[in-house]
This record gives sequence, C-alpha cells and structure tokens, in this order.
Amino acid sequence: MPAVQETVDRVRQIDVDQYKYGFVTDVESEKAPIGLSEDTVRYISAKKNEPAWMLEWRLEAFRRWLTMREPTWARVDYPKIDYQNAYYYSAPKKKPQLSSLDEVDPQILETYKKLGIPLREQEMLAGVVRKDADGNVLPERRVAVDAVFDSVSVATTFKEELKRAGVIFMPMSEAIQQHPELVRKYLGSVVPTTDNFFATLNSAVFSDGSFVYVPPGVRCPMELSTYFRINEANTGQFERTLIVADKGAYVSYLEGCTAPMRDENQLHAAVVELVTHDDAEIKYSTVQNWYPGDADGKGGIFNFVTKRGDCRGKNSKISWTQVETGSAITWKYPSCILRGDGSRGEFYSIAISNGRQQVDSGTKMIHLGKNTTSRIISKGISAGQSNNTYRGLVTAHRKATGARNFTNCDSLLIGDQCGAHTVPYIEAKNSSAVFEHEASTSKISEDMLFYCRSRGMSAEEATALVVNGFVKDVLQQLPMEFAVEAQKLISISLEGSVG
Amino acid sequence: MSLLEIKNLHVEVEDKKILNGLTLTIEKGQVAAIMGPNGSGKSTLSYVLAGKDAYNITEGDILLDGESILELAPDERAAKGIFLAFQYPVEVPGVATMTFLRTALNAQRKLRGEPEFSTPDFIKMVRETSAKLGVSQEHLRRAVNVGFSGGEKKRNEILQMAILQPRLAILDETDSGLDIDALKTVSEGVNRLRSPERSMIVITHYQRLLNYIVPDVVHVMSKGRVVKSGGKELALELEAKGYAQYADEAA
Repeated sequence: MPAVQETVDRVRQIDVDQYKYGFVTDVESEKAPIGLSEDTVRYISAKKNEPAWMLEWRLEAFRRWLTMREPTWARVDYPKIDYQNAYYYSAPKKKPQLSSLDEVDPQILETYKKLGIPLREQEMLAGVVRKDADGNVLPERRVAVDAVFDSVSVATTFKEELKRAGVIFMPMSEAIQQHPELVRKYLGSVVPTTDNFFATLNSAVFSDGSFVYVPPGVRCPMELSTYFRINEANTGQFERTLIVADKGAYVSYLEGCTAPMRDENQLHAAVVELVTHDDAEIKYSTVQNWYPGDADGKGGIFNFVTKRGDCRGKNSKISWTQVETGSAITWKYPSCILRGDGSRGEFYSIAISNGRQQVDSGTKMIHLGKNTTSRIISKGISAGQSNNTYRGLVTAHRKATGARNFTNCDSLLIGDQCGAHTVPYIEAKNSSAVFEHEASTSKISEDMLFYCRSRGMSAEEATALVVNGFVKDVLQQLPMEFAVEAQKLISISLEGSVG
Repeated sequence: MSLLEIKNLHVEVEDKKILNGLTLTIEKGQVAAIMGPNGSGKSTLSYVLAGKDAYNITEGDILLDGESILELAPDERAAKGIFLAFQYPVEVPGVATMTFLRTALNAQRKLRGEPEFSTPDFIKMVRETSAKLGVSQEHLRRAVNVGFSGGEKKRNEILQMAILQPRLAILDETDSGLDIDALKTVSEGVNRLRSPERSMIVITHYQRLLNYIVPDVVHVMSKGRVVKSGGKELALELEAKGYAQYADEAA
C-alpha cells in the first residue's frame, strides 16, 4: 500500500521544530557560582536575605540530598545529569525590591508580552473580547499573575485587590519575610525535605515560586496564576509553590511555563504543595509547554517535578488538571493525600509526546480517611518516536472505609514508531473500598482520517479534530480560556505528525 | 461538458485488480444508479473517486469539469464538490456532530478561498437544514456516529451532504442496514437535494432503493467495468433476472 507507506515515512521524518516560545531574552543576569555545595545554598539564602531557620531548613535538605541517589524506576532514558555543571541561581540584574512595574526591565516585560502574558493590569483590563471555541463571547475574567523569570519573581499583579479580600498571593521569597508563621507552618508539611531526590534538591536550592493563602470562608475573587520562564543557559529552575486554602475557602490556580530553544538540556525540579482544610477546595491547572528538544532529541527541559496535595480537612477537595505538551523528559505525579473524612481528589491529565519526548506521568490517590473518593482521567497521546507512560497508584488505608476510586486511562497512538504504556498500582487494605479501573489503547485509524478528509479537512485538521475529541473529557475540566489555549497547543504539538 | 468522466480506469489493491478498464460519464444534474453483484468493484469506485489511499491506479483517468483529479488529496476533491456518503460511516468519539460539520464546511470554504461562516450564521443554517431532514438538536450535540443506529448513521451522512452542498454526491449502499421506514426518510432527504446543479451516483445492490430515488440512468457493473447501461427500467429487469447473465460478458 504505497500511500500508507508514504504516511509512515512522513511520520518518521517528523519535524517537531514548531516551538513558538524558543526565543532568548537578552538581559544581564546575576548568577551564583557554577556548581552545587553548601556555599551555593548559603549564597541563595543570603541573596534572599532569609532568616536563620530558612537557611537551616535548606542546609538540612542539602545534607540529606548528598546521601540520596537519583531514582531510575521511571520509563525514561537520559544522559547522566552533572549537578556540578549547572547554575542554581540566576536573576535579572535589577533592584531586588520591585515596588512597581516601572522598575521591571522593559526587556522582561516585553518577553511576557510576547508570551501572551501581559503584566500591566491596565493591559489585562483593556477590553479584549474573548471568545470560546464556538465563538461565544466569554464574560470578562481577570487573572492575577505572578511572573517567575529564571530564579526570581519579577512581578505579581492584582496584589492589592486580593489583599482586600484577605487573600495572600506573593512570591515565596516575600512570603518568607512577611508571613514567616504561615510559611513555617506549611512549607514541607506535604512534601517533606526528605521526600525524594528531586524534591530534596529543590528544598536545598529553591529560589522562588508562589505563595497563596486563602483565609477561612473566602472564595478567591479571581483566578491566580504563575507563569514560569527559564531564560538563562545552563541554569536550573527550582521553584517552590505553596497554596493553602483554610476552612471553607476556594481558589483556582493556573500554572504556565515555557523556555528558549537551547541545544543543552536544562533541569527543572519544582515542588508544589497544596493544603486544604475542612470544606475547602483547590483547583490546580497546568499547561506545561517547556521546550521539548529538537527532532533528533537534542536539547529540551528535563522536568522532574513533585506535586502533592493534602486534603487535610473533612470534605475538602483537591483537583489537578494538567496538559503536558513540552519537556524532553517528564517525570511528574501530582498526587492527593485524602486524609480528611469525605475528602475528594481528582486528576485529569492530557499528556502529549512527539518527536523523541519521553513522558512518565500519572498520579497517586492515597485514601486515608473514611468515605474518601477519587477520580482519575488520563489521556496519553504519543506521536513520532516518543514514549508515553501512565504510572498511577491508588491505595486505601485500613481505616479508609467506604473509599472509592474511578480510574480511566486511555492512550492514543499516532504512527507506529511511538509507545504507550500503562502501569497502574492498586492496593486496598480495606474490604469496603471500591476501585474501578478502565484502560484502552487505540490508534488513529486511516479510516477515521479518511472520513474527515473526505469532508474537506486537511490531514492536520483531521488529526487535531480526532485528538480533541479524544481529550474532551479532560479539556472540559480546564477553565474555559485555558481550554481554548490548550486546544490550540495540542494542534501545534502534533503538527507534522501525520502525512 | 460532462461533470464527471471516468476513462478506462484500472485499479489495484494489494496487487489484486479490482477495476478493469471502467468507463463512465455523469452529466450535470444527472442521477445515475450503479448496480452490480458483490465484488464487482462498486465500493472501490466510490473510494477511488473520493481519493482514499491504498488504491493503486495503474491506468486511465478521472476528469471533473474536464480536469484530472487523480493527483488531488481527498480534502481538495471535497472542496471541488465531491462528496461520498459512506456505506459504513465512521465513528469519531468526543467530537460533536455540530463541531464536525463546522470544521468540515469551513475547511472546504477555506480551500476554495471563500470566507468562513460566522458561528451564528452557521448554527442557524444547520438548525434549518436538520429540521427539514428530521434530525433533532440532540443528535447535533452527540459525537459523530457514536452509538447511532444504522438509520441515524445514514441520516447523518445525508445531513452532511445537505450542509456541504456537493456537486457530485456518491451514495454508497445508502440502503444497506435500513428498515423500510428509515429507507423512506433517507430517500426523502436525498430527493430534496436533487437539483440541476447536483449530480448523484447511487450505488446499490438492490432495486428497492430505486423505487424511492428514481434514477435517470442505470449502469450495471461486473468484474470492474460497466457492462450495460440503460434507463430506470433496467433496474427492474435486473431484479427479475439477477446478475448472473452479466458474468460472462465481463470476462
């Protein structure tokens, strides 16, 4: 079948150089000396003018890290990382205390503008009419943004308005200064400094990230978001995010990320901790679009991230939604500890791999409390020569009577050079637990593509339509505007994956 | 000029000859029935016209408005007005019928250099068209062909045809799997779309469908070529005598 062969050939010569955010911003930066030692940790802590307890916390983590070994159980293959040949701190050279946006380097403002993230509040309000996929006009919606550039936060918007509502939204480095009691209480309480190799490394050298505290009974008046940008060459980004929703509080948080195209690999090892008290809810959405490397697998971000939520209070809820399209290596398992009775965890994921990307991602739902429920919907899409693994753990503790989980893992293959793998672990130590697991693997069939193309769609349009149909359950979980963005991103990620 | 001219078409699939020097002309506005036994190449002809991969054309040509379409991709053919109503419509999970229709129509318009439909205009047009065909709003929200009954799938094909307004519609065994009521509804939909501007190729095994969609001409296919052509009465004759008589003529 010559024509089919042609399709296969084109998939083989796949061109993944579609990355739109690969530019470099030329700013002067201030870096820690190359390499990693106690001195590096002290340097970072001193740069941030941190209190002694924070430095101690970091040093303890660092000493612990020296005794740990890099995990090798994930289905990813990458050259050994030389931790001494990287920078652990890089900040654009400017005044450390930014009182207003006028003091932010215009180059950096321009960078965020180019990325579609305006940092001036008036620009955000400037009456742009937004429309959803069906062309309906969306209600005006504001999003407060914390912009993290390499190792530091360069701007946080709508701080004042949020403050009036009682919501604290600020860079982690500021929170350590201004709200030490909250930071000390919660930092490391979900992901302890001893948790795993990458989380421990992060605990030692994290430089910035976002801190959110929503007081009891407050529904956060707008979406909060952090936009991470790695700019400097040879620099790792280690951000730390902590979100606490006190009793009855609600917050929806979005995270976005991009990086320039570079030939060498860059390390991103973040830690995100979420805490919900009684009846509180956190909705955490990510669109991960780090540079995936070129068609031959050269360059790209190594993304080793620990994300965990603790449903500490009764009837609290944590929901993770992620759209993963970037990174050369993804190692990431946003999880929920369902401690409070009646608490609920959700995980909705779309993971797309193309070119030579490797994804090993999934979730852990740990049922500790009574009548806790969880739901996992994972959609993996592999194209090119990529590998995509779902790895998940659902476990019910002895005391977790009435625990329920529903898991659905679907994989879609485009072409015949890619792989999809599903590794679910299920453990029930309680006889009343009810766990359901559904899984499927399918291929975009020639018949389906031909059906769409015979109606006038190009190969790309047809693939995008089929893939969007495949991921619909998850897209519906994203905030509306984000869903539209994600949909576009999916088409871009798969460009060139069909003939 | 004839709308479609198929000249001495030879087609192979995996080294097996399916079409064997097929020659056929379809005039503008003409409804032509193609009948023939199983394995005579009817469905292959419909796929080759629509541009499906995996068919190797070794000889001959297909002209639309006097120009060869052999080098055109399926979407380019669709934009030129060729539409295939599938014998087995394909399921597209998660894609609402409404979204599918809009993506298809706008893709065609883009290829033709026409402006895309605005969403309100499009929705209005689809609502009117589907009401005429007795297709419910609920049907438009459901994923394309997923969980549809045989009749619903075929009606969905006719709805697509009504929205896309092709110049040449190929109906591949549209009657298969339909009960008599569904057959009537679908035929009414097709008849409503008959126009001097639109030609149709109605591929069927049985004469039954042609009671409802009355053709201008009937062609009989056997072993990959047209072996007899005539008026609508030819279909009745076939029904009475069967296809066996043509087996030798094609050899």
